[in-house]
Amino acid sequence: MIRRLQRGDGRRQWLRMALVLPYLWLLLFFLAPFIIIFKISLADPLVAVPPFTALIDWAAQGWDRIYVTLDNYLFLFEDRYYGVIFLSSIKLAAISTMLCLLLGYPIAYFIARQTPRRRNLLLLGIILPFWISFLLRVYAWIGLLNTHGVINNFLLWLGLIDQPLALIYNDFAVYLGIVYSYLPFMILPLYANLEKLDLDLHDAAADLGARNWQVFFDVTLPLSLPGIIAGCLLVFIPAIGEFIIPALLGGSDTLMIGRALWDEFFINRDWPVASAVSVVLLLILVLPMMWFQKAQAQTDAGAEAQGGVV
Amino acid sequence: MKKHDKSLMTATAQASNQGAVHPEPWLNPDARPMVEIRGLTKRYGDTVAVNRADLKIYKGELFSILGASGSGKSTLLRLLAGFEAPSEGSILIDGVDMTAVPPYERPVNIMFQSYALFPHMTVEQNVAYGLKKERVPGAQIRQRVGDILETVKMGHLAKRKPGTLSGGESQRVALARALVKQPKLLLLDEPLAALDKKLREHTQFELMNLQDELGITFVVVTHDQEEAMILSTRIAVMNHGRFEQIGTPSEIYEYPKNRFIADFIGKANLLQAEVTAVKNGIVTAFSEELGAELDACAVGQQVPAMGSRVWIAVRPEKIFISKESPAEQGSGGGRTVFRGTVEGLGYFGNLSIYRVELASGKILQVSAQNRVRTARKTVEWDDQVFISWDIRSTILLEV
Repeated sequence: MIRRLQRGDGRRQWLRMALVLPYLWLLLFFLAPFIIIFKISLADPLVAVPPFTALIDWAAQGWDRIYVTLDNYLFLFEDRYYGVIFLSSIKLAAISTMLCLLLGYPIAYFIARQTPRRRNLLLLGIILPFWISFLLRVYAWIGLLNTHGVINNFLLWLGLIDQPLALIYNDFAVYLGIVYSYLPFMILPLYANLEKLDLDLHDAAADLGARNWQVFFDVTLPLSLPGIIAGCLLVFIPAIGEFIIPALLGGSDTLMIGRALWDEFFINRDWPVASAVSVVLLLILVLPMMWFQKAQAQTDAGAEAQGGVV
Repeated sequence: MKKHDKSLMTATAQASNQGAVHPEPWLNPDARPMVEIRGLTKRYGDTVAVNRADLKIYKGELFSILGASGSGKSTLLRLLAGFEAPSEGSILIDGVDMTAVPPYERPVNIMFQSYALFPHMTVEQNVAYGLKKERVPGAQIRQRVGDILETVKMGHLAKRKPGTLSGGESQRVALARALVKQPKLLLLDEPLAALDKKLREHTQFELMNLQDELGITFVVVTHDQEEAMILSTRIAVMNHGRFEQIGTPSEIYEYPKNRFIADFIGKANLLQAEVTAVKNGIVTAFSEELGAELDACAVGQQVPAMGSRVWIAVRPEKIFISKESPAEQGSGGGRTVFRGTVEGLGYFGNLSIYRVELASGKILQVSAQNRVRTARKTVEWDDQVFISWDIRSTILLEV
């Protein structure tokens, strides 16, 4: 396809532009900031502006020495606090992802089985919350979950409880917030996948002796794996670095990287350590992404081998 | 080609001498049907997809359900497979009522039009799937899967994924997957529709051989009458959720029950006429379209009353075309003759199709085998010709 387009010279110019732009974008807004962060993570903190040591010491005659330290990374490994934070972040993100999957799969499946008209309506319902600011929606949960919030007041009024429940400023509220906020990111790729599923395959499995649950585990689930992976990554990656939800809904014991980063930057003013945390976080996120890329490439290769029949 | 290719008359004669193994079980009143459909009705809201259908299919038949899209044939297939529940009526397979039996427990397997092979399983796994669900022991599964893949000549591709197979290969796998369970009834949904012409012809005969070899009852659902004619022992023509006619391919072609069948199966020149005389089973009717009287034979049917309106159908290949006048003119002596002008001509190599305009302006279609090898046409455009047919070739249809 690309080779064919290259024939026309004018076209080639445009194509180059089109290819260069995203790279330029990534270079400017992803790679450059990352390099800066990475540079800072190799410096020592300093009470100055900026609050870290320079990479290159400029003496009177040209450069004097390059100063690099791995102290910040070592610190991350030595101080158990960061290990605990990373683990608890991963755990929180992983559990939230699982909850989103368990909740999102039936919803996506249900929507995919509706008539096209109802499907669009239901999808609109899934997307609708995006029209309201994310921050606002998380704030709204405070009003709902508060000790004297809507839910507690309602339950008290019903007489089901006589003491307000501790619904907010704990892990429960964080899970609730994350699942609520990221559920659409699970549903949409799953829906896109399940909607394409050939219903003849279900009939074929049933015809060959599979009960409904067997049809699901033998046919539907394995064939929706790409949707599951895409949905899980779309939830897991933003959830692990989530800052707003634990900050607004979490308790003092809710440990998450996003919060630790904030504390290092703005309370401790230890930019180098904060940068090191960022770099490690990025590595944690890049690894599953690479795995996904590989899986995707494999399914693509598989689809290609099918000779475009699909 | 057809195992039960007999005309109506000989078939009726045979019905009287019943043997132990009847070649045409549908003529044997004592034969137990493999499939019995009784008053089957399926409604979707206000639309009736299948309307009080009755049908008996016998063991070893290759039975076709032929109909245009929307005729209800696909619904009937889904009812047989158990994907849909009937609104009324019942389906019996081998004497057992299937109404409450879910698809996974029916002795019925289906070959889907799309083949519906599981894309994430190899050919072997696809074929083994049904046996695994039946909890057949592993060694037996391997044996049976291997055998059936050999039968359909797909053994060498057992480890491949369906995505890498051609249409013909996919079809063989789909067939093997359905047959490996040794169903009492195999349903085939438009089995040849997705194949190209050369492969179709080949597959047609393979299907027939396979059916003969395995003795499984096949029910084919198709919109392609050629496919149905070649494959089937019997055909049920479906229209608006009802069976218009059930019979052998030749019965349906040569003795259509009504105008729909005559028009739907093959080509037919249809003439409307009013009965003016009835004598010895020969009906004489006046056709306004032709401005002339026509004779027609009433075969195994009620003789229409004087003055009633009828349709007379003549198949194009039953009409003889010549430039010289046949022995007699007009209607009589068992032959009907008309004069006309060749208004259109289609040369197909093996046969030619002529459109002949009669004096009344009515155009009849005539087809003739090109028996003599010649580059010149014996009948040309604008030629004055005689067309004639034996009155026994006419089909008398009530309005």
